[in-house]
Amino acid sequence: MAETTAPLTTADGRPLKAALAKAQSRAKRRAFLLVLPLLLFILLTFAIPIGQMLQRSVYHDGFSKTSPNLAAWFDANPQGTAPDEAAYAALAADLVLMKENRLAGEAGTRINYSVPGTRSLFTASARNADDLTPPFKEALLAADRKWGEPLIWVAMREAASPWTTDFYLTGLDMQRSADGGVEKVAETNRVYLWLYVKTFLLSAVITGICLLLAFPVAHMLATLPMAKANLLMILVLLPFWTSLLVRTTSWIVLLQGQGVVNSVLVSLGIIDESGRLAMIYNQTGTIIVMVHILLPFMVLPLYSVMRVIPPSYARAARSLGATSWTTFRRIYLPQTLPGIGAGVLLVFILAVGYYITPALVGGADGQLFSNQIQFHMTKSNWSQAAALAAMLLAGVLVLYWLYDRLIGIDKLKLG
Amino acid sequence: MTSVSGNNAFVAFEHVQKSYDGVSLVVKDLNLNIAEGEFLTMLGPSGSGKTTCLMMLAGFETATHGEIRLDGRPINQVPPHKRGIGMVFQNYALFPHMTVGENLSFPLEVRGMGKDERETRIKRALDMVQMGAFANRRPAQLSGGQQQRIALARALVFDPKLVLMDEPLGALDKQLREHMQFEIKRLHESLGITVVYVTHDQGEALTMSDRVAVFNDGRIQQLAPPADLYERPENSFVAQFIGENNKLPGTVEEIAEGKALVRLETGELIDATPVNVSAKGQKTLVSIRPERIEFKPELMPAGAHGLDAEVLEVIYMGDILRTRMRVAGSDDFVLKCRNTLGQTRLNPGEKIRIGWHPQDARALDAI
Repeated sequence: MAETTAPLTTADGRPLKAALAKAQSRAKRRAFLLVLPLLLFILLTFAIPIGQMLQRSVYHDGFSKTSPNLAAWFDANPQGTAPDEAAYAALAADLVLMKENRLAGEAGTRINYSVPGTRSLFTASARNADDLTPPFKEALLAADRKWGEPLIWVAMREAASPWTTDFYLTGLDMQRSADGGVEKVAETNRVYLWLYVKTFLLSAVITGICLLLAFPVAHMLATLPMAKANLLMILVLLPFWTSLLVRTTSWIVLLQGQGVVNSVLVSLGIIDESGRLAMIYNQTGTIIVMVHILLPFMVLPLYSVMRVIPPSYARAARSLGATSWTTFRRIYLPQTLPGIGAGVLLVFILAVGYYITPALVGGADGQLFSNQIQFHMTKSNWSQAAALAAMLLAGVLVLYWLYDRLIGIDKLKLG
Repeated sequence: MTSVSGNNAFVAFEHVQKSYDGVSLVVKDLNLNIAEGEFLTMLGPSGSGKTTCLMMLAGFETATHGEIRLDGRPINQVPPHKRGIGMVFQNYALFPHMTVGENLSFPLEVRGMGKDERETRIKRALDMVQMGAFANRRPAQLSGGQQQRIALARALVFDPKLVLMDEPLGALDKQLREHMQFEIKRLHESLGITVVYVTHDQGEALTMSDRVAVFNDGRIQQLAPPADLYERPENSFVAQFIGENNKLPGTVEEIAEGKALVRLETGELIDATPVNVSAKGQKTLVSIRPERIEFKPELMPAGAHGLDAEVLEVIYMGDILRTRMRVAGSDDFVLKCRNTLGQTRLNPGEKIRIGWHPQDARALDAI
């Protein structure tokens, strides 16, 4: 019995585990060296930028780097303390600093993100900062009455530290109230949350339409003889070989008011001249064009799964007495689930992040969340863009997690 | 069992033709009557049309012409799920996403059967194939032989009167195949069902069937019980397809009263029974089974013509000794004799004289 408990050794008495590790270490090292370039590439171009993006969404030093005096005063006085003479003195000193370093614009921009319309307050006051004399409270309020507004003081308190949740608050349609708490923005100014929900809803609709359209196509491809199936597969893939921009603009030609589709409908007498359909530069346009562009991503995984389902299953079900509908529902459909899962996940995630198509054909109401990200990027508000992008990422991750819980990621079959 | 008329047949094919491409016929004028309770095997090389016939009977292919009747009812227009025919597929076609129990439950559920009744039937069907303990397994967790049994149980669980089997044992190893042949035969006899069985394995066809239909080139070449098929093949194709066979090409020299004298291409004369030759001067192929050849003079029939033979090779196969000889210019003339205690051992190079009973040599069509 003793020999069963003692660790096994090789013929020369070394422990078996150590011998095995030594024997395999060379092969393992070589395998690692082979993947090293890809690993470095992913790290440099993917992991680091995403980490930086996430950091940017909670970090902005535009104000904090030129406001040491204010930061000291905020540290000494808790939230809710009314700004006293010492506070205004600190502000005046920081304004002088801003002027010296020519950073008033940058600092103003940061506060402007939280309280719109305040950038000029900083640039104007900093320009005359050297002329300020005590008592600073009167002097600053005389220069601009806005310096007395509690909201600005709340915003400055938050911005005095580079680490902030302000950008996420904005992304969630919230703002800081005058007493330092958090409140919802006015109803007319709420943009992001509804757009966020709408982006996921539209993506779901697009994914659903893609699934309905792709399923029969994939089934036909899978049941045709190989030669014909390959030919038709080229037709499915053809759009991939055309520029995304060209495909999108050709839809504009087709769908616009004076476009091909409307003209045909008018000439057939189905609609009259005044009733031309608005199919582009709105939500409808976004849906039509995105379905077209994303369809191959649904067809391919479905096809790869359907191709390997032997026709004998359906035949067996039929011979056992099932109608064609029962056969489809209980035998065929369950076996295509890995393909449906892969296609749905792929199309949905691509749709959630889609930017160029809604930008071109979406008009006013066909814009998606990504278009807001792009908007903030062009305005150089990188932190806000990063916060919105992180929200999108979080949404996708939550759905991915749900998918894993409900269906299981191991059931995914991409090809 | 051999004479089933078209009127009382359980399954009847009448002048059935099938074409896939509109250019050539895969099945050419098939006429076949199968009696209730019969075990009929469709045997033939691949591409001979046997599987197509089975698929037409199951309803997965439509006959281009002709009528198929089941229990007196024409079924050409009846969809497969209304035919009530059980079917066992080549690769079993067990639904991979269902357990064994669910697989068996499926045909009962689509028939709207209640839960209790379903469970009784599933249990009975599984016990029938000795798989009672496997109801909760998935098909992928079973061995080939076990999957085969489940497929069989599933095809039988809804009590079909007719069961079709499409090369059901093709994927099993030899021992398991022989065992399953016996099991299927036992089920057929105990349940009294009608079985139409498709195979390209002649051994399987001979051991299991009441009758065998040998298919080639879209036609039934011969429809007969196994013994007839083996001992009295009606044409050269059947003679060569079923079992091992020696063939001697020649010309009919004399023909009278069920006996023929055939002159071989090398000049010798041999005795034969005319099967599908009728006139002097016809080309023929004489077929003799290797085990019906005698080489001991005392066993040869009186007055029979003999042939000179040279032993080329003796292969020891355990139960039999297979001797390859040069006869009438051909190098692959085979003689088989049982490996008995007193058996004469032949040696390569030995010159012997061989002969046979005239009824064992069948003068068939020349091909």
